[in-house]
Amino acid sequence: MSTKKFSNYLGLGLAVAGILILLILPNMLSQYYVYLIATVFTTALLASSLNLVLGYGGLLHLHHGVFFGVGAYTVAIVMTKTSWPFAVAVLLAPIIAALIALVIGWFCVRLRGLYFGMLTLALGQLVWAIVYRWNALTEGDNGIHAIPVPEFLTSINSVYYTTLVVLVLALIILYVINKSPFGLTLLATRDNPVRSESVGINVKRHRLIAFVIAGFFSGIAGVLFVLVERSVAPSLLFWNKSAEILIMCLMGGLTVFMGPTLGAGILVLLSMVVGLYTEYWLLVLGLLLLILVLFLPQGILGYAMEKYDKRRSIGGEN
Amino acid sequence: MDFATLASQFFIGLSRGMIFFIVAAGLTLIFGVLRITNFAHGALYMLGAFIAYSVSTLFGQGPYGFWLALLVAPIAVMLVSLVIERGLLRFIYNRNHLIQMLLTYSLVLIAGDLVKIIWGTEYKSMDIPGVLRGSFNLWGASLPWYNAFLLIVGPIVALGLWLFLSKTHLGKICRATATDREMVDVLGINSTRVFAMVFALGGWLAGLGGALIAPTTTISMGMDASIIIYAFLIVVIGGLGNIWGALISSIIMGVGEAFGILFIPSIAIIIPYMIAGVLLIVRPSGLLKSAW
Repeated sequence: MSTKKFSNYLGLGLAVAGILILLILPNMLSQYYVYLIATVFTTALLASSLNLVLGYGGLLHLHHGVFFGVGAYTVAIVMTKTSWPFAVAVLLAPIIAALIALVIGWFCVRLRGLYFGMLTLALGQLVWAIVYRWNALTEGDNGIHAIPVPEFLTSINSVYYTTLVVLVLALIILYVINKSPFGLTLLATRDNPVRSESVGINVKRHRLIAFVIAGFFSGIAGVLFVLVERSVAPSLLFWNKSAEILIMCLMGGLTVFMGPTLGAGILVLLSMVVGLYTEYWLLVLGLLLLILVLFLPQGILGYAMEKYDKRRSIGGEN
Repeated sequence: MDFATLASQFFIGLSRGMIFFIVAAGLTLIFGVLRITNFAHGALYMLGAFIAYSVSTLFGQGPYGFWLALLVAPIAVMLVSLVIERGLLRFIYNRNHLIQMLLTYSLVLIAGDLVKIIWGTEYKSMDIPGVLRGSFNLWGASLPWYNAFLLIVGPIVALGLWLFLSKTHLGKICRATATDREMVDVLGINSTRVFAMVFALGGWLAGLGGALIAPTTTISMGMDASIIIYAFLIVVIGGLGNIWGALISSIIMGVGEAFGILFIPSIAIIIPYMIAGVLLIVRPSGLLKSAW
């Protein structure tokens, strides 16, 4: 019991120390790196939101990037096509992302396994195709650029702090959801759907709610993306973007809460570093993914946790 | 809209459906027997198109070049598939869908950049051979010969697969493996060899699809990304592992897309996804029975 408590304190201490370092970081780095880390924050939120469905819900959600794109496009469209204030855009983005998630999820949760995955893919690509073609609203292929944002969000440092604060708050909320009765029930539906159903849990409803929550947070990540990039393009909603998010979750570890965040950080930073030396980033990513899948399928944090748990249990026996 | 336009568009959609079928048949075969969702199938298709281009260029884009390309490209892709199966896939057969998917996705990423390194980034094109050039008249509609050629090749492939699966010893083992792998093992059949062979056959089909599409389109990077989604949807709509289901849904997708281009060109790109979405919602387990 005391070791458990100790490890909790350790985790908390690490988190606080990490946040403190992140708070002073912009003063020590050049603008480009500040921008890069803000991108890490955005991507980390996106990957963590996916993991609620993928890791904790055990659902083969193959097209999570769609809700991210919808959130980003909502901000872009409100800011360029209407005279509504920025606050409305920010509020609307996750709500619309969640609504789309509700519609897509409503159909998907009736299917299982691979069929679930394929339907997310089909309906997600449908959304992509609509965004790609609806020129009047989305500018189609060109995307929307130079999206206006309020004065206080124009400097990269303020964007950095905004994304950091939003990420931390969102992660706390997601963590609470994971540990809540709802989150635990979701785990039960993942591990044994049949038994869950027979003890009176509405499996489909739990899955749908998780799907919508994930869509909501993905929409928030979309808002952050617009703050960082100030532009959107239909490629945000194409399926290979979603595959990238899946890789991040796998890399960090699907079973560990901070896994997707770690995976996002590694992939974003690595793509920058590799980009300095070669134009073949995708080749490197492919090889990396290959190694990961063959030798470390539980992910980096998943592997670390396994080792840690093993050591702790051995210590306990002694 | 007169009858001739409708007929010719139907015809073009049907022939496009044949390409879909050839690619999707390989995918559904692999899924049925190996239970692997092979994202790399689109990459193999792309590889087929690029190899076909190289072979036909070697012969100065002459008539022999095309036929040789049609012969060589699928076999080359088949050999690549064999290496993939023996070298990588066999280690992950008992893992979950996500792991398998991401392994094959890593091959998509690797293949994309390798194609870029080998063939460069500029668009390539390949000539249609003389005999298949031009078009003919059918009830007032003008129809390209090459599409007619595709309409012959598609059913031949379907027939060949049917004969293989239902009449040959190996084909029967394939079907048995798809139904109950453990039982096949218990009976003393070397299912490992069956897996390798089925994956190679699937690769051959992907390569054939790529070689067949090559003369009708610009051969470019990224041609794998859209076909693989189409192929996946076709496979799922048809019922996983069911070749006839794949044939039916290929035709639905091809014709649906062609009519979409005719009637509502501005949103034609949406049509296949919409068809797939609706069919999956109406018949979640696919049009035909999943295991054959």
